[in-house]
Amino acid sequence: MAKHLARPRSAGPLFIAPFMALFLLLFLAPLGYAAYLSLFQEKLVGGTSFVGLDNYVTALKDPQLREGVIRVATFFVIQVPLMLLLALLFALALDSGLLRLSRVIRLGIFVPYAVPSVVATLMWGYLYGPDFGPFAQLSDKLSLPAPHFLTDSWMLGSLANIVTWEFVGYNMIILYAALRTIPQDLYEAAALDGAGAWRIAWSIKLPALRPALTLTLLFSVIGSFQLFNEPNLLLKIVPDVIDSSYTANLYAYTLAFTSQQINYAAAVSFLLGLLIVIISYAFLLTANRRRPA
Amino acid sequence: MRKNIASSSAISRRLLLTAAGAASLGAALTACGGGGSDSKSTSSKPVSQADIDKAMKTPTELTFWTWVPNIEQEIALFEKKYPAIKIKAVNAGQGVPEYTKLRTALKAGSGAPDMVQIEYQAIPTFTITDSLLDLRPYGASALKSQFVDWTWGQVSGSNGELWAIPQDTGPMGMLYRKDIFDKHGIEVPKTWDEFAEAARKLHKADPNVYLTNLAANQVAAWHGLLWQAGAKPYVTSGKSDITVSVDDAVSKKLGAFWGGLAQEGVIGVEPDFTDSWYAALNKGKYATWMTGAWGPAFLSGSAKDTSGKWRAAPMPQWDASKPSAGNWGGSTTAVIRSTKNPIAAAEFAKFLNSDPESAKMFATKQFFFPATKALLADASFIGDTPAFYGGQKVNEVFAGISDEVNPSFQWPPFLDQVATDWTETVGRSLARKTDTVDALGGWQTRITTFAKSQGFTVKAAP
Repeated sequence: MAKHLARPRSAGPLFIAPFMALFLLLFLAPLGYAAYLSLFQEKLVGGTSFVGLDNYVTALKDPQLREGVIRVATFFVIQVPLMLLLALLFALALDSGLLRLSRVIRLGIFVPYAVPSVVATLMWGYLYGPDFGPFAQLSDKLSLPAPHFLTDSWMLGSLANIVTWEFVGYNMIILYAALRTIPQDLYEAAALDGAGAWRIAWSIKLPALRPALTLTLLFSVIGSFQLFNEPNLLLKIVPDVIDSSYTANLYAYTLAFTSQQINYAAAVSFLLGLLIVIISYAFLLTANRRRPA
Repeated sequence: MRKNIASSSAISRRLLLTAAGAASLGAALTACGGGGSDSKSTSSKPVSQADIDKAMKTPTELTFWTWVPNIEQEIALFEKKYPAIKIKAVNAGQGVPEYTKLRTALKAGSGAPDMVQIEYQAIPTFTITDSLLDLRPYGASALKSQFVDWTWGQVSGSNGELWAIPQDTGPMGMLYRKDIFDKHGIEVPKTWDEFAEAARKLHKADPNVYLTNLAANQVAAWHGLLWQAGAKPYVTSGKSDITVSVDDAVSKKLGAFWGGLAQEGVIGVEPDFTDSWYAALNKGKYATWMTGAWGPAFLSGSAKDTSGKWRAAPMPQWDASKPSAGNWGGSTTAVIRSTKNPIAAAEFAKFLNSDPESAKMFATKQFFFPATKALLADASFIGDTPAFYGGQKVNEVFAGISDEVNPSFQWPPFLDQVATDWTETVGRSLARKTDTVDALGGWQTRITTFAKSQGFTVKAAP
């Protein structure tokens, strides 16, 4: 009997060994090394010295880092609800079965996600152009003032537009897939009880979407706070609007690769990672609490 | 229903781990750096001819990081002369992307090439970390007379070290649209005063056209203008002493001039090398382009619509009786100190840039502006009459400018930081039409603060 039980017990660790090895190698080791690095300071003159938590203290007081974090937080608050609302509307419309050519539309909305964000940003950067961009050309033809998509006041909105364009389809697919898992008999029962399409959407579909919405929102938290590609590329077009610390992630990159302050960059990255974990966790706690028991 | 919800909390936990992992990506990226500079001690004793002969007959493979297109042609010449040596050319990106990779490889202690394509301005950034090999013991000093004097100054260290062999250069001149000048009756400006007048006149005559564009992201152009004006913004002595004076009298003169023209709105200030800028050059929004000697070939490829309309001239002068020029761009070949085959690597760097056939190939195949005196006097090179410039001998114009480049300009050992700081202070003031002279002070402060935080002793400008 004992011998019989021993087999599965020894097989278990064996099965998770590949995962643990990769996890250790690709996540914990670099994390640990970055944590280690963040405790030092290396200067161009004078070499490396141990500074303890000095880098973290500096980072917490760093106005450039604070501004970057506030900026991405603002971005998150504006862009994410809009994007998820759009994704939700598209998903519900597709699921309703009332749309003609729904497959083509579904693919059309999803296609931007297949475009690399670098390409997407370059494309939008061109469209936004104040001189030779199509919007500017059009308003020129109509003798209207050219729109200023790339100015201080418009920039967050212009970035939000790019990110929304890129990710609406992706989120829509997650929500749409969740909608397809709802058993048809629930709709039939509701219809028998006299519920219309709106009532079914509100009382059956939306509650069923809650886990999927949680998922998309979590992805969005991570994505927003790591905003990097889009501002980094637009920086080359409008260097006076976007600076090298426009977002927290861009700041960490600049510190590491322009300023050669790798240790400080490690500390900044760590703090940023910690912030994302805290926000994600706080968000999950609230989401779970609201869940009907 | 219930099942769905139950699985959601499992997903959530997993997600949180993903979140932590993804968030740490930035940290992980930075984790490839390591501490410690393992600079191999290299003797400065000259290497004997016997050692060189032996090394050049020993089968060796060398790695060369370069962004020069079709450089295999030049490499083939070297491999023909030294069949035992094989050169592997790797394109690791042009300029800053290459330097970033190189820095990472050097820190990691493996993966660095034997030789590297490096621009003049980046040399101090790598000598401060002891990453380049002094080429004097390998007989490179003997090449001095072949190269234009100011280029030799650019590759020499403060104690006479020789850090690289010049490959191409970018003495700055002015490319201008003859048709636009003719249409508005504008003479080619000889002085900066005439230039400012022409800028006002042209923009007034046609509000869609500007005399030039001073790119608000292009610190290299600003450095070229400083260079021409005789400024010495960075002076290093020893390893840790640096004098920073980017807001001295000469700089303020430049700041007032260009900032003033930007505020008047008679010059453009859009970032260069962007789609919009290319379109502007093609459509005649700018009547001149202040650029390095590599500019003519570059422009003829990027503004094809305007063929035949351009001409070249020296830049306007501050003092027309004492013409002077600055430089923008150009690059060299350096040997990385960690190479296991320093002799073969140094011989390659020397051969690539000083062998007459190889050097000429750069000028005729890649359209590089030469760094050797022989080519700058070569009739077939300076006699070239490209149709894009209406048959003008453009190379001859720039060869003349090359003679006037100020030989004493120095670069700081942390140029990347200086460049970012410029864009966010001086460049920003140009783009936003605020006080550029004031912004120079901000630039000075940012450089000084950074230098001090990196352990330098920063001296005030004399």
